[in-house]
Order: sequence, then C-alpha cells, then structure tokens
Amino acid sequence: MKRKNTSEYRKQNFWSGILFGLGMVAFIDETAFHQLLHWHHFYDKSTTSIGLISDGLFHAFSWFSTIWSLFLLADLRRKRAFWLKRWIGGLFLGAGLFQLYDGTVQHKFMKLHQIRYHVDILPYDLTWNITALIMVIFGIIIVLKTRSSESIVKNET
Amino acid sequence: MKHNHLFHSQVDHFDLILITGLLFMFFIYCYAAFFGGTRYKKWPKHRYISWFLGLACIAVALTGPISHSSHINFVSHMYAHLLLGMLAPLLIALSFPLTLLLRTIKVQHARFISRMLNSKMIGFLSNPVTASLLNIGGLWILYTTNLYSLMHQHKLIHLFVHIHIFLAGYLFTISMIYFDPTPHRYPFSYRSICMILALAGHDILSKFIFVHPPNHVPIEQSQAGGKFMYYGGDIIDLLIIFILCLQWYKSSNQRVLTIKGQLF
Repeated sequence: MKRKNTSEYRKQNFWSGILFGLGMVAFIDETAFHQLLHWHHFYDKSTTSIGLISDGLFHAFSWFSTIWSLFLLADLRRKRAFWLKRWIGGLFLGAGLFQLYDGTVQHKFMKLHQIRYHVDILPYDLTWNITALIMVIFGIIIVLKTRSSESIVKNET
Repeated sequence: MKHNHLFHSQVDHFDLILITGLLFMFFIYCYAAFFGGTRYKKWPKHRYISWFLGLACIAVALTGPISHSSHINFVSHMYAHLLLGMLAPLLIALSFPLTLLLRTIKVQHARFISRMLNSKMIGFLSNPVTASLLNIGGLWILYTTNLYSLMHQHKLIHLFVHIHIFLAGYLFTISMIYFDPTPHRYPFSYRSICMILALAGHDILSKFIFVHPPNHVPIEQSQAGGKFMYYGGDIIDLLIIFILCLQWYKSSNQRVLTIKGQLF
C-alpha cells in the first residue's frame, strides 16, 4: 500500500523538495547575508528596473513556496507517501538552481547587488556559483536515482 | 500658527467621533454574538478578540500619535498604512463579521444580503485579480503620483484615501482566504498566483519608494518607510499565505475522504 502511494505521489515529493530548497536558499540569503552579515544591500544604485522586478517576484515566490512546500510535505505524510530521498533530491536541485540564478543573472546581469562590497569579488562569486552547481549536480543525481518506484522496492528489501 | 492650532483641534474632534464609533461597533458585535445567537452554536471567544484587535488597529492608525505625526513623518504614515490596510483587514476577516450579521438580522433581510452577495458585481469585485489591482494598484497611484501630497492638503481626499486603503485591504484579504460565506469561489492555484503577484507588486513598490520618495518626503524617511513596508508587508502576507495553504490542506483531505467514501 505504501509503495503504491509513494509512486503515485512521486511528483509531489519532487516539487515539495524543489520549492522548499528554493525557499530555504532565499531565507538563508535574507537572514544571513542581508540581516546578520550586512554583506548584501537592500538596494544598490546600479540596480536595473528589471532587476527590481525580478527580485520582487522571486522574493514573493520564495515566501510562498516555503510555506506551500511544507503543506505539501504535511499532505504527503498524512497520505503516507513521503519519500525522503526524492524530497532531498528535489531540495538540492531547487536550492542549487535558485542560488545559480541569483549568483549569475540577478547579481551579474541585473546588478541587483553584489555578494560583498569593498573586497575582491571574484573569490566570492566563484564560491557562490560553484556551491550552487554542486547542489544542482547532487540534486540531479538523487532525482534520477529515485526516478522509478522500483528503487524503493530495492531499498525496502 | 493659529491655523495650525485650528487644524489640530479639528483632528481631535475627529478622533473622538472615530473612537466612539469603533467602541459602538465593538459593543454591537459583542451583544449580537453573545445574546443574539441563543439558537446557534456558541460564538468562539477568539473571534471577539480578533474583532477587538482589528478595530484597535484602525483606532491606532487613524487617531493618536501615529496618525498625527504621519502628516509630517513618512515612517509613521507607513506604520498607519500597515495597520489600516493589512493587519486590521486580516483581524476583522478572522472575526467572521458577515456570518454574525447574517445570523443576527431577520431572515428576509439576510436573504436580501445573500442575493446581493451572489450578484455579478460582487463576483467581479471579489475576483482576486480585481481585488489585487484595487489594493496594490491603488498604492502605486498613491505613492508614485502627486496624490500623496494632495492628500495632505485636502481633508476630503485624505479621508477617501484612508477609506480606500482599508476597504481595498479587506477586499484583498477576503478574496484570498475564505471565512465568511463566499458565493464566488476561485481555485487555490488561481488565488496563489494572484497572491504571489500582489506580494511582488508590493515588494517592488517598497523598493521603488526607497529610492524615489513620494512628493516632499525626505530621502531618509522614504528609505526607512520603504524598508518597513517591505518587511512589515512580508510578515502579514506570510500569515495570509499560511492561512491560504492551510485551507487548501484541509480541503485536500476532504477530497481524499470523498474518494475513499466512493470506493468503499
């Protein structure tokens, strides 16, 4: 019974993970880099208006997706269809993709703000984007591994 | 100087009328909920509290120190705006005022109101897109045109803008989350997308205010006000999103139960 449900809800596990990963990165970005370290700025003079729109949309979406993903998770638990491995795969993929978008498009092309000011930015950009890439690759591997419900059968036996 | 004094005494006069009105509404609500509903289920205590706090938000926003300094200080204006346009509507929606009204008044009057609620006009207004445009669009107009400075010159415009902020905020809240009877319902996905876009519009506007102060507002005040609008708005919208998702979670369970019921 459990196995059947899990394969039915494979998509939901994946999306709950993705959305939570995205929300988590946005949350860490806001608390750690904006509020605690004060590395990121609320507004940078070179911000383009498209950057402002992108930031607003992503900020709103990440707020929504954090809460929504946890309700999806609660729903999976309630239906006994939660699949931790696939969920974590989604989490890394979502987190990595959003961080990569933030580090390349938002920071560089839209000039929303830089990671840190008054320092040589290159090592920061590299760390930021390479971490993001590693998360994406890690996420893809796990998601591919949990593509079919057969993999749970293997795990359970 | 004389003019200034006159203005203040008029404002105090207005404060008195408003506070009396709000107190009156509080007692009417309590009376209707406590004595009116002997035939119905007991009215939950938290709804009284919610109604009281909602009215208190309106009082704090429109009277007393915050309201008085909001004429000269943009940050105070933002406090008032957040209380009047976001927190008060949410608290009032949580106190089920329409449900209470419908069960208190005579049946034929209640029927008339529910016919009104079923009308196309209300359907149009309570569409999340209309409600978001009235709410967020109204704010864009207020802060990006010279309406903001006009509002501080003409009392009537000031009054109209504040009534609009509250009503649009209330309409927005009840178009996203359903407590009172809502004949025109929209799917969760549709409401979610509108909620995200509205919140984004709010965030973009607050960053816009951060750099482009409304007329005659000093840049330090517009920066502090914009930041407060951004983070304060986030917190209250977070509550609305939480309730929106919670309502999905509950209805989604019902769906499973009916499917199960059909199967067995």
